[in-house]
Amino acid sequence: MFDSWLPEAASSYAEKIDGLLVFITVIVGAWFLASEALLVYLALRYRRVEGRPAAYIPANTLRVMAVVLVPCVVILVFDLVIDAVAAPVWHEIKETQPPHDALIRVSGEQWAWRFFYPGPDGVLDSADDFEVVNEMHVPVGAVVLFELVAKDVLHSLWIPALRLKQDAVPGRSIRGWFKATREGRYEIICAEICGFGHTLMKSGLVVENQTAYRAWLDSQQGTQLAEAGHPGQR
Amino acid sequence: MAHSAHHPPVGFLGRYVFSTDHKVIAKQYLFTGIFMALVGGFLAYVIRMQLTFPGESIPGYGHVSFVHYNAVVTLHGTIMIFWVAMPVLLAALANFLIPLMIGAEDMAFPRLNMLSYWIFLLSTVVLLSSFFVPGGAAAGGWTSYPPLSGSAAFSGGQWGVSLWILAVALEFAAFLMGGINFITTAFNMRAPGMKLFDMPIMVWLQVVAAIVFMLSVGPLIAGAVMLLLDRLVGTGFFDPAAGGDPLLFQHLFWFFGHPEVYVVLLPGFGVIGEILPVFSRKPIFGYRMIIYATFVTGVMSFIVWAHHQFIAGIDPRLATPFSITTILISVPIAIMVFSYMATLWRGSIEFKTPMLFALGALAVFLLGGVTGIHNGTPAADIFLHDTYFVVAHFHYALIPPVFFAFFAAMYYWFPKMFGRMLNERLGVAHFVFTFFFMNLTFLPMFLLGFMGHQRRIADPRVFDTLRNAQVENLHWLATIGAIGLLLGQIPFLVNLVMSLIRGERAEANPWRANTLEWTVPSPPGHGNFERQPVVYRGPYEYSSPESSEDFLPQNAAP
Repeated sequence: MFDSWLPEAASSYAEKIDGLLVFITVIVGAWFLASEALLVYLALRYRRVEGRPAAYIPANTLRVMAVVLVPCVVILVFDLVIDAVAAPVWHEIKETQPPHDALIRVSGEQWAWRFFYPGPDGVLDSADDFEVVNEMHVPVGAVVLFELVAKDVLHSLWIPALRLKQDAVPGRSIRGWFKATREGRYEIICAEICGFGHTLMKSGLVVENQTAYRAWLDSQQGTQLAEAGHPGQR
Repeated sequence: MAHSAHHPPVGFLGRYVFSTDHKVIAKQYLFTGIFMALVGGFLAYVIRMQLTFPGESIPGYGHVSFVHYNAVVTLHGTIMIFWVAMPVLLAALANFLIPLMIGAEDMAFPRLNMLSYWIFLLSTVVLLSSFFVPGGAAAGGWTSYPPLSGSAAFSGGQWGVSLWILAVALEFAAFLMGGINFITTAFNMRAPGMKLFDMPIMVWLQVVAAIVFMLSVGPLIAGAVMLLLDRLVGTGFFDPAAGGDPLLFQHLFWFFGHPEVYVVLLPGFGVIGEILPVFSRKPIFGYRMIIYATFVTGVMSFIVWAHHQFIAGIDPRLATPFSITTILISVPIAIMVFSYMATLWRGSIEFKTPMLFALGALAVFLLGGVTGIHNGTPAADIFLHDTYFVVAHFHYALIPPVFFAFFAAMYYWFPKMFGRMLNERLGVAHFVFTFFFMNLTFLPMFLLGFMGHQRRIADPRVFDTLRNAQVENLHWLATIGAIGLLLGQIPFLVNLVMSLIRGERAEANPWRANTLEWTVPSPPGHGNFERQPVVYRGPYEYSSPESSEDFLPQNAAP
């Protein structure tokens, strides 16, 4: 099946999105193949043959038009089914916010990602915040709430393995969440054209177990507390 | 209204350059559009080569820096939509065909029509000149989203984006003049006896496209002016620091941008709707149903725009409602496609080049249509947005109208335009190359999209997930396809030139078609109709029991 083409899936909702992609592909793929086959069949079956004139079918009555309208009604039903199946997935990913275990502010700028951690008090924009450039660490199995901001132009936070994409817009702080389910190192990419360094705007995501994550937090807090100012503060 | 049309112009300049004759203006648009297609095609070649051989010098272009790459991508999209699809499908075909198909001597406002072309030409010069200004051409994508496009500090060049905006604004002014002409002409200058529902589908679809364009373009022009003011005098329409909002521009852009897809699609479907009945010798299936479906498409095209912005930071509660409207618009489009397919049913199909391209357009468009469902489903779009899946989708959706239908139109109406037939053998070769290489170019992109390959990056090897043989092979295939697709146009260009010089002379009605343009000589003289035609019936009475022949022209007395 084509889903073997998709990147590694490492978030709680990745498989739902993948399932949806397969679901839609199967439905529209079947329609596509059937329509294509019908088109080829009609073209070949009714090619010009001496002594076989064309039929006169203007199709100006509903009875005849039904040949077209009935399949279109069926399409309508399939369309609505697809949206009915897909809407809850969207709702879960983008419209709801489960209780979070970690909070990170992600800031896009030409051409880097910065990640702001709230420090021991768990509150952003306080004195114990610390900042990491181009590498985000999160604990596996934890719900991470992110606040996405942009410093200069539009960027888009794109983590293929998490099936997470969200534009970052200057002037807005957009909240979202993910739960990484598999330890490893993944890529964070900018998916929105953001100037000539766009291609090079990428970071790493490290999904690690609680122990490793704690150790990393401690090492960062120790070294970065002294840093002046909080560029992520708005 | 069309007084000047009564007096044939004199001299070379009056006849071929500063002409108010709709047929001459159509050809001016046509050749400008074909020239721009070559420019846009060359940029496509640069994109493909860069992605397959990143960092290497490209024959005919040289080394592509990341700055250049963004400009190349931006101008490829801009040119293909605004300087190829619009002038060729709308301006050239509508200008040439509307008066001839409805039995009028010219457009309602011939001077406005001429002004339209010259403004368009000016816009073309402005756009092309932007390649050569300090800082280079616009490089913010064909959508030119601010803040990137709002300030030279973000995008590099001071001139590129400003010229881009100026060119686009001029171009839209030109097409507004054209659109006003199309609508006025079709509604007021029809031959006696031609009711609205006797107009050929081509005329209907051009008129609907012109109306959709007129109603949607205002917000974009407003957005472009605001963007220009932001750039030049530092207003803050889209600058959050000054209280503006970048997303506002996206709404204005896509409020126009999505209807624009149908502005391009409908004339292409109009071409197919003219050609299928002629080469099936059968009435179009469900004439009124197709026209009503067009109306529904036109109206619905105004309430789908936010599907471009599912993950742009709009309120997530908006996604599913916009997804439903988006997915619903597939129904009127499906009605049109299936009606066209049903036209073949029990026909007597002749596979001349125009018919091959018309059928090819349907075959290709089917894939572009169904993959719209993927993108239109918000949860799926989280993954697919800004990937090559989207690139593949819109090329499959737009190449059928912009190129297949345009080629079909050229092979079909070239005899009427220039009085000579195009060579059939070269035409078939052109079709085979175009169909095969088009698919070879864009099928791999669906797979690249599924692999998460994002758009608008200049070097896939930067990314761990894309640094593998699979991605490389798919890029190779797409590049071979693109080069084949470009070389495959050589038979067409050769055919154009050869046939213009010594093609077989065309009779008035070489395809035995019903519509009025085929009742006048090829090419038609100034003023089109020597005697005012009178219309007795609809345009698609093929194989009618009322006639001993398999066609029955609209103006044949009963």
